[in-house]
Amino acid sequence: MVTEATQRLPVASDRNAGALRRNSPAYRPGQLLGRVVVWILLAALAIVVIYPLLWMVFSSFKDNTEVFGNPWGLPSQLRWHNFVQAGNAGVVRYFTNSVIVTSVSIVTTTLISAWAAYGLVRVQIPLAGPVILMLLGGLMLAPTVALVPLFGLLQQLHIYNSYWALIVLYTAFRIPFTTFLIRAYMVDLPPDVDEAAIIDGATRGQIFWQIIFPMCRPIVVSAALLQALFAWNEFVFALVFISSGDLKTLPVGLVDMQSRLLTNWPVQFAGLTMAALPMIVLFLIGQRQFLRGLTDGIGK
Amino acid sequence: MNRTLARSRTWVWVLPAVILLGVFVYYPIVDNIRLSFYSWSAFSPHATFVGFGNYTNAFSDSVFRRALVNNVLYAVISLIFQVGGSLVLAAVLEEVVHNRLRGILRTIYFIPATISITVAGILFAFLYNPQIGLVNRALSGVGLGSLAHDWLGRPQTAIFAIIGMSQWQSIGYTAVLFVVAIQRIPRELYEAAKVDGAGGVRTFFSITIPLLREMTTLVTILTLSGAFLVFNEVMVMTGGGPSNSSQVLGTWLYQNAFLQDDMGYAAAIATVIFVITFAISAAQIVYTRRRRVQW
Repeated sequence: MVTEATQRLPVASDRNAGALRRNSPAYRPGQLLGRVVVWILLAALAIVVIYPLLWMVFSSFKDNTEVFGNPWGLPSQLRWHNFVQAGNAGVVRYFTNSVIVTSVSIVTTTLISAWAAYGLVRVQIPLAGPVILMLLGGLMLAPTVALVPLFGLLQQLHIYNSYWALIVLYTAFRIPFTTFLIRAYMVDLPPDVDEAAIIDGATRGQIFWQIIFPMCRPIVVSAALLQALFAWNEFVFALVFISSGDLKTLPVGLVDMQSRLLTNWPVQFAGLTMAALPMIVLFLIGQRQFLRGLTDGIGK
Repeated sequence: MNRTLARSRTWVWVLPAVILLGVFVYYPIVDNIRLSFYSWSAFSPHATFVGFGNYTNAFSDSVFRRALVNNVLYAVISLIFQVGGSLVLAAVLEEVVHNRLRGILRTIYFIPATISITVAGILFAFLYNPQIGLVNRALSGVGLGSLAHDWLGRPQTAIFAIIGMSQWQSIGYTAVLFVVAIQRIPRELYEAAKVDGAGGVRTFFSITIPLLREMTTLVTILTLSGAFLVFNEVMVMTGGGPSNSSQVLGTWLYQNAFLQDDMGYAAAIATVIFVITFAISAAQIVYTRRRRVQW
């Protein structure tokens, strides 16, 4: 089961495709020219895509004179104090807030979604149809549309301007996607596991925690990574429902910082680099899980 | 009786999800429609019923129309790059590039999608900046210095500069989705086409495109509804300016709700966004249902 799922991943199936290709005949001259042109275009695109990010990292080590005088090249020395300054200007505070909101919402979203998925796949609950319809509809409803009423609602619930405002919203709006993602995986698990455990006298709760949830680990990891990406980068809710500077998350805090630091460019670049790095690193490490979550999530 | 009780107890599995969705997703969206028929502000408890007043206001509001046009521009340009461009890019990556390098290129193209729109937005605001930005310098470098100007500061170019940033961020993401779909096409089809003497372009049009129709529809829907929900990049890069030239529905909603305190009008704009994006998603469901019946 698990191997079947991994074989569908791009990285793994490349091997087969390559083996077929190696047997193909040598290129004709016209084709060769075409390939060279394609190669140049692909390389150019790669440079256009990656250079702005390199510029950001390089500039974060420069000083203002270098940002103006030597904009394209490497920094003459590594000025780590830019990062210290950016940290003191608020990045550490915002970073901490983002870590708190992101990690709590990862736990709540994956747990609540895995529960719901289990209920829908294995337990025969009454009114399962309407629940699925509700989740499906939830996929189509966008945060922006709910802003005005949520503003009043969160104040009534006394969670406006608190971590909870963001945690609750990040969870609620991501439950539909995450539930469908985990459900698609659970459907493929062999049902005799449950049946055997029930005969042995296990309760539904025990089966979920001790058998099903561990078996779903690969897809739960994907779901957690995608939730991390979402929560770390979310902007609208973080802008509208957090008013005090101390509670702001990175995406909103950086905008604040931009207006405070103005033309202190290297420190600005250092702040951007610090905000971007965690997700880039996470993506490079967990690329497979990321891509599986993305493609399974939207394909099913 | 006991049986019914036992069965209703099974609801604990879905209850947290249902409650959270009901309270924080469905209730606000329904309430938003109700609120759009009132005129009220966040600081006065008094709301006046105005019927369709907020909607008629919207359609005579030139900024609202400008915003709608900008969203449409966003959609059209994104369709060209993120659907058309990415599809070609994915096919080329799969057909022309060797294994190891293909993986590296794919990773590079995807990286912008992992950074937040805020970081990308601020970064591109710096790139477009006439003082430190690379865009103007690059133009002067290749002898096009006359084109250099303040990209985000001019009403004629601001929205296009923002849309450009968005393409940079998303093209790799949609390309990867297409790559995965292409890999699910049986290799034998391509081998057979090659044996029959079909070239790369021919194969692309007669195998890749028809067999990717499902993914293409899906990416089209995601891109379209994304284009009508744009908010973050505009907020960060221009705030809708200069003189409202880069305003989109999302930012105009925000301004009316939280800066001009015209909550009713903001709710009406939100309803317009809701109707547009819901119609796009519904169209997709109808389309895929019909196709499934045909099969």
